Amino acid sequence: MKDDVVVDARALTRRFGETVAVDALDLRVRRAEIVGMLGHNGAGKTTTVRLLNGVLAATGGSATVLGLDPWRDGVRLRRRTGVATETPAVDDRLTGREGLTFFARIYGVPEVGLARRVDEVLGIFDLVDAADERVGGYSRGMKQRLSLARTLVHGPELLFLDEPTAGLDPVAARALDDQVRTLRASGATVLLCTHNLVQAQALCDRVVVLERGRVVAEGTPAELARALAKGGHVVIDVEAGDSVDPITVLRRVPGLRSVEAHDAIAGDGARRLRMQADDRAAVATAVDALVRANVRVFAVEPEAPGLEDVYFALHERARSVVAPPTPPAAAGVES
Amino acid sequence: MRAIVAKDLTVVRRSKAVMLPLVLVPLVMVLVLPVVASFAPRLAEVPGASDIAQMLDTMPEAMQAQLAPYTNEGRLVVFLLVYLFAPLYLIVPLMVASVIAADTFAGERERKTLEALLHTPTSDTELVVAKLASGFVPAVLVGWASFALYTLVANVAAWPVIGHVFFPTVMWWVLALVVGPGVAAIGLGATVIVSSRVSTFQEAYQVGGVVVLPIVLLVVGQAAGVVFLSTALVAAVGIVFWLLAAVLLVIGVRTLRRGELLARS
Ligand SMILES: Nc1ncnc2c1ncn2[C@@H]1O[C@H](COP(=O)(O)OP(=O)(O)OP(=O)(O)O)[C@@H](O)[C@H]1O
Ligand SMILES: [Mg+2]
Repeated sequence: MKDDVVVDARALTRRFGETVAVDALDLRVRRAEIVGMLGHNGAGKTTTVRLLNGVLAATGGSATVLGLDPWRDGVRLRRRTGVATETPAVDDRLTGREGLTFFARIYGVPEVGLARRVDEVLGIFDLVDAADERVGGYSRGMKQRLSLARTLVHGPELLFLDEPTAGLDPVAARALDDQVRTLRASGATVLLCTHNLVQAQALCDRVVVLERGRVVAEGTPAELARALAKGGHVVIDVEAGDSVDPITVLRRVPGLRSVEAHDAIAGDGARRLRMQADDRAAVATAVDALVRANVRVFAVEPEAPGLEDVYFALHERARSVVAPPTPPAAAGVES
Repeated sequence: MRAIVAKDLTVVRRSKAVMLPLVLVPLVMVLVLPVVASFAPRLAEVPGASDIAQMLDTMPEAMQAQLAPYTNEGRLVVFLLVYLFAPLYLIVPLMVASVIAADTFAGERERKTLEALLHTPTSDTELVVAKLASGFVPAVLVGWASFALYTLVANVAAWPVIGHVFFPTVMWWVLALVVGPGVAAIGLGATVIVSSRVSTFQEAYQVGGVVVLPIVLLVVGQAAGVVFLSTALVAAVGIVFWLLAAVLLVIGVRTLRRGELLARS
């Protein structure tokens, strides 16, 4: 059973002077699990990855990764992990192929078959045509794809992806998702740090939410959504008449927290709106109000609460809990 | 490890900011200087040139003795080619080591590719050795190639005046084989230390440039007749330089522990 735990961090802590970047973090990740790590800028995601891959020493707590102590057995550990860093991996003055070949060598990919393996990952991330051009001339998304390609070139057992979708177009993002799933199918484990909630929701078996280096929530995306999101969003398609503005009508309905035009395009002669209702009754009242105003309603569809709702709910909660009460004017002036 | 050296040198080769001094400085040292020096006696009529001849008279006895077998013109050429330019030659390995190290240490940090490298399974030792070798090996090789070329150019250019192969002297062998690599190691150590404190290639390169100072001192000392670069003195300088290099490298390598590289922001 124990073998099944790939990452086991207990009270893992890292301070930088006054700042506590990772604060008594407890995290367990099982083999072939895709775990998302969400959190604002500065929440401690990158620092966690550095600690778990043994490139930064912890100042407290402990971690076991793939059965090894990351700090003491770093070299052995890093042979089996792959890290897509936030920063570029391949120098601008190298070509994509040179960069990948370099990393394949350092990760110990056998020379026999190395070139083929490089071609293979170039193919997966659609970089074959640009393979022999200097990386300096790549677009941001291409650089990101290259960075992902080189993380996978040696077939790691544990993959850390630090904000991998930054700069990716939808096609490349899809290719990444496919790769992550393929990897999991082959038994690899993935820790995905991201701000991309849609991706996290689609891909992750489990997410942990970090706030100031602490885990503030943990569970499957659905569990978290159910537990934390207050009031769901409802998408509603109405007739696009010019006599009445449906948004004005809805704004007057009690129990609706927000009403806005939806980004997506509805069918011919229809407008799509998105509203957030406190409860089911409010939805009913809203439909009723539209009908009374002679706006024809074509469709009403609840949106499953998503991680985005969770994210903001958590953020609000954290702010109200963490923010210290303002001290009385007399106190603390002298400091 | 070899992969890292190969990669670093490919990257270095593709940077104009690095390659320009790397090519120009040795060319000036080994081609331009000896050729100009060999024409010096023929320009003796030019005002100012005779001052140099007078300067020779103020040189230390030991050097006077060395120069005695030559004609007046020959003396001047030998003085320039053998003695005055000897410390200048050291600029070649020094500069090559410093420029490359500035690019592979500070430059790698500036370009932000360092973190990805740290996440690879190379050990701290491998990383340090590879990075140092990337600077040291080319510096020594370019230094020796320059020495060979200088030998050729000096003998050919001075032929009309001297008439036989007079170069290299024993002192120069010691200079090229012992002192040159030592100076390269100093440049390397100094640049590694500087690189840990600055954030760009340019800064590292410029600040690292102060290590030329001891060499400039040698040149000035030689010109003023204060020092005479005998074989023994050069060998002693070599030992001192290597000791200095060892100190700088030990301090420099301390800044290169994996955990510390990322702990700095
Ligand atoms: N080397 C360092 N020196 C000092 N402070 C640091 C260092 N690295 C990180 N920190 C601090 O630790 C905290 C966590 O940073 P970290 O980079 O882990 O956040 P993150 O979750 O990855 O953020 P982002 O979403 O912006 O990538 C921040 O407050 C940061 O300022
Ligand atoms: Mg980060």
